[in-house]
This record gives sequence, C-alpha cells and structure tokens, in this order.
Amino acid sequence: MRGVTRVGRAACAIATGLTMAGCGGGGGFGGAGVLTSSWGDPQNPLEPANTNEVQGGKVLDMVFRGLKKYDPRTGRAVNMLAERISTPDSRTFTVTVKDGWRFSNGEPVTARSFVDAWNYGASLRNNQKDAYFFGYIDGYDKVHPDSGRQSADTLSGLTVTGPRTFTVRLNQKFVGFPDTLGYAAYAPLPRVFFTDHAGWLRKPVGNGPYRIASYAKGSAMTLKKWNGYPGPDPARNEGVTLLVYTDSNTAYTDVLAGNLDLVDDVPATQLKNVRTDLDGRYINTPAGILQTLAFPYYDPKWNTEGARKVRTGLSMAIDRAQITETIFRRTRTPATDWTSPVLGTAGGFQDGLCGHACDYDPAGARRLIREGGGIPGGRLKITYNADTGSHKQWVDAVCNSINNALGDDKACVGNPVGTFADFRNQIGQHRMTGPFRAGWQMDYPLIQNFLQPLYYTGASSNDGRWSDARFDRLVDRANAETDRAASVRLFQEAEKVVRDNMAAIPLWYQNGSAGYTARLSRVTLNPFSVPVYNEIKVG
Amino acid sequence: MPEQPYEPEGAIAGTGMGGAMDLGASEATTLERAPGGPPGAGPAGKPRSLWSDAWRDLRRNPVFLLSALVILFLVFVSLWPSAIASGSPLGCDLAKSQDGPGPGAPFGYDGQGCNVYTRTVYGARTSVTVGVLATLGVAVLGSVLGGLAGYFGGWWDALLSRVTDIFFAIPVVLGGLVLLSVVTSNTVWPVIGFMVLLGWPQISRIARGSVITARQHDYVQAARALGASDSRILLRHIAPNAVAPVIVVATIALGTYISLEATLSYLGVGLKPPSVSWGIDISAASPYIRNAPHALLWPSGALAVTVLAFIMLGDAVRDALDPRLR
Amino acid sequence: MGRYVARRLLQMIPVFVGATLLIFLMVNVMGDPIAGLCGERACDPATAAQLKREFGLDQPLWRQYATYMGNVFTGDFGTAFNGQPVTELMAAAFPVTIRLTVVAVLLEIVIGIALGVVTGLRRGRPVDTGVLLATLVVISVPTFVTGLLLQLLLGVAWGWIRPSVSPAATFGELIVPGLVLASVSLAYVTRLTRTSIAENRRSDYVRTATAKGLPRRRVITRHLLRNSLIPVVTFIGTDIGALMGGAIVTERIFNIHGVGYQLYQGILRQNTQTVVGFVTVLVLVFLLANLLVDLLYAVLDPRIRYA
Repeated sequence: MRGVTRVGRAACAIATGLTMAGCGGGGGFGGAGVLTSSWGDPQNPLEPANTNEVQGGKVLDMVFRGLKKYDPRTGRAVNMLAERISTPDSRTFTVTVKDGWRFSNGEPVTARSFVDAWNYGASLRNNQKDAYFFGYIDGYDKVHPDSGRQSADTLSGLTVTGPRTFTVRLNQKFVGFPDTLGYAAYAPLPRVFFTDHAGWLRKPVGNGPYRIASYAKGSAMTLKKWNGYPGPDPARNEGVTLLVYTDSNTAYTDVLAGNLDLVDDVPATQLKNVRTDLDGRYINTPAGILQTLAFPYYDPKWNTEGARKVRTGLSMAIDRAQITETIFRRTRTPATDWTSPVLGTAGGFQDGLCGHACDYDPAGARRLIREGGGIPGGRLKITYNADTGSHKQWVDAVCNSINNALGDDKACVGNPVGTFADFRNQIGQHRMTGPFRAGWQMDYPLIQNFLQPLYYTGASSNDGRWSDARFDRLVDRANAETDRAASVRLFQEAEKVVRDNMAAIPLWYQNGSAGYTARLSRVTLNPFSVPVYNEIKVG
Repeated sequence: MPEQPYEPEGAIAGTGMGGAMDLGASEATTLERAPGGPPGAGPAGKPRSLWSDAWRDLRRNPVFLLSALVILFLVFVSLWPSAIASGSPLGCDLAKSQDGPGPGAPFGYDGQGCNVYTRTVYGARTSVTVGVLATLGVAVLGSVLGGLAGYFGGWWDALLSRVTDIFFAIPVVLGGLVLLSVVTSNTVWPVIGFMVLLGWPQISRIARGSVITARQHDYVQAARALGASDSRILLRHIAPNAVAPVIVVATIALGTYISLEATLSYLGVGLKPPSVSWGIDISAASPYIRNAPHALLWPSGALAVTVLAFIMLGDAVRDALDPRLR
Repeated sequence: MGRYVARRLLQMIPVFVGATLLIFLMVNVMGDPIAGLCGERACDPATAAQLKREFGLDQPLWRQYATYMGNVFTGDFGTAFNGQPVTELMAAAFPVTIRLTVVAVLLEIVIGIALGVVTGLRRGRPVDTGVLLATLVVISVPTFVTGLLLQLLLGVAWGWIRPSVSPAATFGELIVPGLVLASVSLAYVTRLTRTSIAENRRSDYVRTATAKGLPRRRVITRHLLRNSLIPVVTFIGTDIGALMGGAIVTERIFNIHGVGYQLYQGILRQNTQTVVGFVTVLVLVFLLANLLVDLLYAVLDPRIRYA
C-alpha cells in the first residue's frame, strides 16, 4: 500500500496546514484502518438543511444521526435517536428522543437540538435550500412566506415539552411524516452551530459515528472514527479520508493503481472493463432514482388527447432493455412504473404497472403516433443539459431508437443546453417545446415522494405543469389516511392516473455503483447511492 | 514614412540594446539581401515576377501536387459523400455498438452502433468547411491587422495589441456559451464566425512579430529610400518575408479548429444533432478508447490526412515564396 | 527603455477595466444563475429572491459592476456560490497552475526548439518525416486520449507515476501532465522553429559566419537560432494564456485543482465573481507576457529598439 501512504501524506500536509490536527503518529496519515474515498466538492456550505446533493450528503451521513435512519439494505425508516413517535390523528406527532446521545463535542442531544435545527432550516433568512422539507409543519408560511418578509422566526407547530420530548403539529394530515425524518435536513444541531457559525462551517460537529478531523475545502476532508459514539452502528474502520476528484474516471484509474480505496461512481465508459479490472470488487445496487422524460403541458400541442397517444407511442418506441444493457451496462434497469424498486412492494413499488406501454414495440409505436396525429411540431427535440453527467449518450440512443422505430432518421434529435442553470431557467420560464430530461432522486423512501412533488397540481417539481383533478384528489385522500397500508394503496391508485395519461415517460431506475481495492471488504451502497462507510472494513 | 528603426508605439530610437548583440546585428544588417525574384529583378522590379515565379515553382513541386490531389479528393467527398458511401450516417443500431468491421462497414461501428465509415465520409463536409474557412478567416484578418500594427507601430499598434490582450483573456468556454447559445441556426457559419473572432489575435501577434523583423531589413529601407509607397513595401517586400510563420501556425490551427468544433458541440453550443462531423465523432469515441479504438482511429485519421495535406501545401507555398531556397 | 516599460504598464489600466467589464457583461448575458443552485427542483421563490438579493443580482448591471470594482480595489473579489471567498480559490488554484504552466513552457522551449532545429537543418530526411508524423498524431488525437493512455500506461500498467496529482502538486508530479498540456503547442513550436531555421540557414550572414570559420555550433546557436526565434517567442507568449486558463482537459485527467477547473466551474455555474476574478488575473498575466515578448524582440534582433 505504498501509494496509499503517499496519498495520506499529501492529504496530511493539507490537514496540518489548516488545523494542525493530528497527522503524526506511526504509519503515516491516520495509521492503519483508514480508507480513502473519492469525493466531489460540495456545492453548498455543509449545513444539514442546505445540502441537496449527494457529495455533501455523504459527509452528513457520516457525521449526523437523526430521529430515523434508513436501513442501508431495505431502505425502511427505523428509529435511531427517536425512542417513540406517536400520533393520534396523523397531524400532531409527539417525539421522544432517546437518552444518552451526545454530539462529538460532548453536548447532549435534546429535544431542543432538533427544534432549534428545524427552525433554523425553515427560516427564510438562512437561505437553506432544503427549507421546503419543513413545509408540512404549522407556521411554515410565517417563517418562509412565498414573498415578502417573514413574520415569525420559529415554526408555531414545534413545541418543546420536556428535555427529551417535543410535539410537531402539521398543517395537513400526513401519515408518512415520521418516515421522512431520516433525511439529513432533520438532523439535530449543537449549540455551537448557532454561537460560532463560521467556526462550525470550517469544521462541522455532529452526533454521528465519525467526527471531522480536518477539512481543506476543494481538496480533502479527513474523518476519524468517534470512539465515544453511543449509537448501534459505530464505524468498523478507523476513519475515512475523502479526496476531491474532478473526474470520476481519474478516481477510477487511481483505484486501479491502488492510490485510492473506493470510487463510488464508476464512469459509464469503464463499465465494460470493471469486472476484469477489479476482479469482482464492484457493486451495482438499486438506488431511489428514476429517470423520465417530462413534457410541457403548458404547450397546448402537448395537452391534447392525441398527444397522450403520441406519448404512449414514444414510450413504446424506446428500447429500454437495449439501452440499459449497451450504454449503461446494467447500472440502470428498464422502468416499468413511476416509483423505484427500493420502496419494495409494501412501500408501493409495482413491477410492471406501466404494462405494454413500456415495452419496446415499434409497430405499436408507429400506430399510436399516427393515430395521435404525429409528433407535435413535426420533429421531437429532447432537451437536456450538456454540462453535467453524460446525458448526450442516452439521449442520442433514445433518439436513435425512436428514429429506427419510426423509420425516419431525423424524427428525433437531442437538444443540448449549455449549462444546468440555463436548462433550469428554460424549464422555469416554460420555454420547453418538447420532452425534456427529468431525473428524480428520492428524498425519503416513500411512494408519496415519487408522486406528489412531481405530478400534483402546482407542486414544486411539477416542471411540466401537469394537472389532473382525479390524481390530486387521490393524493389528498392518501395523505389523510391514518393507516399506512391504505395510504400506499391510494397512492398506487393515483399512480395509475399518471400511467393512463403517460404524464411522463418512465425510462429507467438508476443504480449506484462502486469499485474498490482489495484492502476493503463489506462495501455496500445505501438506497441513496452513498457508500455505507461505517460498515466498511479495512485490511 | 520616417526612415528610422522600428519604434513600437511611437518610441524614439535610442541606443542599441547592448554590445553583446553587435556581431549578429552587423552581419544581419549588412549582409541580408532583398528577395524579389532572381538576380536582375531588383527590389522594385515588375510586380508579376515574385508571385508568378512562385507559381511556376509550385507547379513543378511534387509535394504541392500530392497535397493538392488530397485536397481535391476531400472537396469531392465533401460535395458528394454518397458517391463513396452507402447508407445514412444517422442510421444507427445500438445492437451493433462497438462492433468491428462487417459487411458495408469496413471501419466497424461506434458506441451508438453507427457505421464509422459512413460517418467519416459524411463528416468531411462539415469538418473541412469549418477547418478551411475558419483558418482562412483567421489568417486573413489576423495578418492584415497584425501586419499593419507591426509596420506602422505607434498608437495603432498599442490599441491593437491591447485589444488582443483582452481577446486572449476570454475563455473559449465562456465565449462559446455566451455568443453561440443565442444562435438558433444549426449551420457551420456561427461556429466559423466564432472561431475567427477568437482566433485572429494569435495570428495577429505572429504576423506583427514577423513584420517587425522584416521591416528592419535593408531592402525595405532601400525600397523606402527609393520612394516606394507603404502599400507597395508591405505587399512586395514585407509580406513574402513575413508570411512563413503565419502559414505554419495557420496550417496547424486548421486541425485544432476541426477539433474545437467538437468541443463546442460537447458544450452544447456548437453544431447540434443531426449534424455529422469528425470532431463530434472523435469526441464521442475518445472515452471508449480502451474498448473501441477503431471508432476513434478513422475520424482521427481523416483529420490527420487533412492536416498533413495542408501542412505540405503550406510548406510548398512558403518554399516557393523564398528565393533563397531556389 | 524605462519609459517604454512604464508606458506599457500604464496601458494596463484601460485594458484591466475593459476586460473586467467585458467578462462581467458576458457572464451576465448567460442569464440567472440562481436556477442552477437548487438541484433538479426549482428553488422556492422566496429563497431564490433572497439569494439574488444577497449576491446583488437584483441590482441594475452598472451598479453591480461598480460595486464589484469597488470591492476589487479593496482586495475583495467576492464569494463563490459555495461560500468560499474567491481570493481563497485563487490562492489555491494559481500556484498549482503556474507550476504546471512553467513545466509546459519549459518543455515547449527545450523539446520544441531542439526538434525544430534538428528538423530545420535536416529537411526531408527521416528525422524530419518522423517528427512530422508525430506532429500529426498530436494534432489529430485529442488531448483527452493522449492523457488517458499515458495515465493508464505510466500510472497503472508500469507504475512509474501516480495517475493523479496530489493536492501538493510538486514539479516532479507535473512533468507528465505538463507534457500532455504542452503537446499541441509543441507541434507549433517545432514547426515554427523548423521553418525559420530552414529559411535563415541560406541567409548570407550564416554563410558569412560559416565562411569566417566559426564553429558550426556557434553559427547555429549565435546566429541562426537567435535570428529564427522571433516567431517562436511570439507564439509562446500568446500560448501562455491557453496553457493557464484552458488546461481544463489536462487538469481533469490528472485531478489538478487549478485555474482551468475553477474557471470552467465558475462559467458553468455562471458565478460572475469567480469568473471575473480569475480572468482579471489572467489578463494581467497576458499583459506582462506580451510586454516580455516585445522586450525579447529587441534582445533577439538588436535592430529593434525601444526608448
């Protein structure tokens, strides 16, 4: 492990440069038992309610534990800091926090740690990008109005009732609410977060199995096992060093050369070689991510009965099996519903719900598109952003598939937009004229999360402005239901409305993938495609 | 025009730079001889002689003939790709992704299952057009502006040089995203225009440097003493002597412009599908170099042959313009 | 000479103002950057409005520019979207990039000029043809591929180098990335030198120097080469910018967190403060590089004088 020590030494040089934190000791940086892992520079400051992408999420997952935690294998929400969450009516919840939990600086985790953190996350003045997570709590419209100044600093729905108990009152019935509490935005925060905010940002302090030893923005973060961690899932290694890579291909090459232990995003271009390159040290597990093609329903051309047939026809013109096999090397699975397999059937996933409409059937596709009056506007332009991910490849493949099915090699073309911001702007300003790329990564493993934000009338991520009264009614009823299973069934009914209208064309379920060196064992990915670092064994 | 050493930006000539260079200087100034054709033509001879001599030279130069042949072939393929390739460059079957050569596909298939041979043939039109026109535009604009700056010096040179400084600083990515994202037409013209706009400062610098050197030569001073006009001095005496570096840079730049077109496409602001070009195919095949090198090899090879033809052409033209090599 | 340099330095002021204004306008033309900050979903309108206010994006453009320039003169280059001061990003990126550029320029000078002299003196011989072929390969195979293959070969198969450059990015680590970065420029330098050498070796002053009985080596270095270098020096001067700001591909392949990467990210995220800050420094680098080139003209060809 010559290379590893060299990386270690380099990372250590930065660490000492910034914090003078322990880089001495035997065996170079961190000593034995520390693994190095690829990382991307987080796009936002590492506040829990301000982190909306996977790279920042990785750190939060190691440094924080919330009321609930999603089981890395099943995705089910299980109690972590919560001793009990009870509700008589699906609207008022009483939370009891377990005794004995502390932050790594010694401060006990209390009911107040949660309530303060949530009030901070919801408050407009703090610019937290995940603030909408608190939108179900009473008083959110006061601390985070859509326009104008906020008229309150704290959520009126949150009340501390004891050192370890607090109540949450929602502004509507939401039976799944406790299951959302595993998301990082709901993490507790220590007092120092509020008293020395800048200091906390330089080196966040949490209550998870790791503590941050040093953080060099833009290049590396070293996390050490926290020996005082009281939870049931302590780290099985001595620490993790996250190294920033600007290209996952480089990280992959470094794993091949033994300079890096774990790359958690194997580049698509290397997937053909990964099994031989790494001798089986490669994992590929489902994650709660669904890729779809969304449509602009604000464009009257797409909001007709004929267009519904065209959408179904287009869906049948896409050879999902071929594309996921050839382009993605099975790191995607052809989608047959509008949720994700990680929900499990009990959670609402229905394999094959889409039915024949998601099967490749060129003849059927031609017939439906002809019946529907042909592609609106004559040519199908699939809009995507060119700067992130390798969307060009699959968009080209989807277009080729449609072109082959329709027998016209110019029926469908990709329409790249230079930057993600521009792409989002064009979507926000309703300038789409045809289908556009839509990816959805679940916030929490609930069927509600795959449907309501995307298809409910006026919902935050309903980018195509799709609207259906029947769907809305079913969602309202499902949320008000006190029985979980009954609620899931109603959501499934709502999903059938989405299907019957082909509101969006489901493409494929995305997997997480990772490759690692022979030093590591027990490497797994959770349903959010983040490595379960605390389970990894080194050596 | 004052007869004094070059004074960039209106400086007044002072003493020399130092004794260390005297040897080279005196030799260079006293022994350099004017071009202008074979002995007897003289610096102020008939305007025809230099260029027609060059043309006579070229016609007998096998290197020139060979490169001209290749270029003619490229033009032919660009105009009538269907003459040598059957099928459509857009007809792709993912089932054949990365397959090797097969019937009708002597070069095999790329990652999307497109026929590499057909795409390479059809890509010629876009790539050759972009490469040649962008190079011509850059070379003409750059050498005219840079040449004038180098010849006249003074405030014109100062202004132009500082403008080029600013242009150099504009990142290609930013320029592309800003200038090309507003363009809706899917033709090569905006791309060529963009390349000329961002490419001319480099040639301009090179031309300026060459003209500054050529301007000092005795034959230029002599021509000026004989009362030749600025335009005559520039065209007859300075241009033939200063053109070599411009040709060298331009011929290599031709290849980089063809690649740049792909970079712009990659950024989502260049040519969009269903356009076909070597650059687009090269950049699409690059990540798969380990598994499907053939998909990269052929479009890259076509690019290499094109650049080679123009480099040889440039060499031949440059030699023909240099009387010392006769 | 001194007055000339002083005048050139004074010219930096208008160029500085012009360049910052131009880049400022360009980034702003790209539109509203806030939409890209909230991931796949739209930012909620209240947060978006507040972010706009905090970054000053709700102000008229001229006031944004005035505020920005005012801050720049007090040494405050603003903040990137991830909360880091731009000066901090610069302090991390520029030293690495400058080292990388130095390596690349040195390689261009040493290898490029040496190959140029050899091929210029042996036109049409096998060595000339070989270098020409290598040139073609460099031009037609993307940097991405050369870099990737070198990385796999030297880094993984043979284990001579680390595939990625450590955050310390020492000169030794930067040799291979520098070579990849310089490869296309090497082609230019080689061919420029070759052409100049071939052109000048028939010159009378070279013949005279040879006839005087000067050693061949001295003729080549003192007379031939020096008179041939002006186009080469000009080219390298113009190339420094491409090397510093445009090393996006090389930096990505070798995981170097340099100027190219920061600039690219800044542009894609439409972060005016990062982009203008970095470009401003690059403009200054160009101004100095071009001044240096102009001064070198006089060294290489004493007939060119500056007062």
